[in-house]
Amino acid sequence: MVRVLINVPKHVKRDEPFDVKLLISHPMESGQRRDNMGQPIPRDIINSFVCTYNGADVLRADLFPAIAANPFLSFAVVAQESGRLTLTFTDDNGAVQTETANVTVE
Amino acid sequence: MIWRIALAGLVVLAATEKHSGYQDASPETRAMQDDDTSNPGFLWVQQGEALWSERTGSAGRSCADCHGTAPTAMRGVAARYPAFDAHLGRPITLAQRIEQCRVERQEATPLTPDSDALLGLSAYVGFQSRGMKMQVAVDDRTRPFYEAGKALFNARQGQFNLSCAQCHDDLAGQRLGGSVIPQGHPNGYPEYRLEWQAMGSLARRIRNCMVGVRAEPFADDALDLVELELYLGARANGLHVETPAVRP
Repeated sequence: MVRVLINVPKHVKRDEPFDVKLLISHPMESGQRRDNMGQPIPRDIINSFVCTYNGADVLRADLFPAIAANPFLSFAVVAQESGRLTLTFTDDNGAVQTETANVTVE
Repeated sequence: MIWRIALAGLVVLAATEKHSGYQDASPETRAMQDDDTSNPGFLWVQQGEALWSERTGSAGRSCADCHGTAPTAMRGVAARYPAFDAHLGRPITLAQRIEQCRVERQEATPLTPDSDALLGLSAYVGFQSRGMKMQVAVDDRTRPFYEAGKALFNARQGQFNLSCAQCHDDLAGQRLGGSVIPQGHPNGYPEYRLEWQAMGSLARRIRNCMVGVRAEPFADDALDLVELELYLGARANGLHVETPAVRP
């Protein structure tokens, strides 16, 4: 489990875009570095990110090396009805983490 | 003509006036710090908040059990550190105070210096003083340590034979390579440093500078480090606490 900070407004207006921001604590090891003994440090990055709203895909992203540690993702979402935002990301070690946030449409 | 000279004088004054490293950072770095949702330091603040109410050690006590809620109990505390500890008869840093509480009150094993847990707790406590003015006390009890720290700040060291003062007093505002030399005020620690891609303590930053001038860095528990932190803290008195700050 990694630490995640999610920032989503609790109340939004119908059909008006709102920002979803998240900070993920992750080393994002590029795989290009070597340790003190000269051995390569295996790549360990978050390689995919999926955001769904009430089960429907909102955003799918493939992530690549050359992203700094503790990545910050920000994107806009439009909602027609109240629901649950599900944020899922997978890293190279196969760890899958899902976070949720509830949004109320006014 | 006269107003031009006066203007030039103002510009020089503005550059030499005491200011936070925030003002020397790039607009992008400042924006990162300004928005709490994009400031990665808050990942540690979040961790510290969880640890604050977590019972640990053989005493089975959490920080909250004694101190209550941090936003009220810890308001302004970090702005006064390093502070004199009557029991030890010397000043201690905030991280050392947390460790002391951990070992003596919680009866738990000490945390590793610069571990995420200790940085998290320091950041959470430091965050409660954000926006307050630094007010590190230099009084009869701390003055000898302050003077020792000042001497360290002004002493040349390492293979480069440079003192802290040569860069951070005399050349602050000018450039070292492509980077602006800040005045070296510790008003945002622990801070998220982009170069480290992590949170780090003032002790780590000082060691980093010492390695830079090719001197042997102080040990984690060295009194020299506390003295230097005390001098730096008092030197920054009046600046606002920015914990968790973001720096290049």
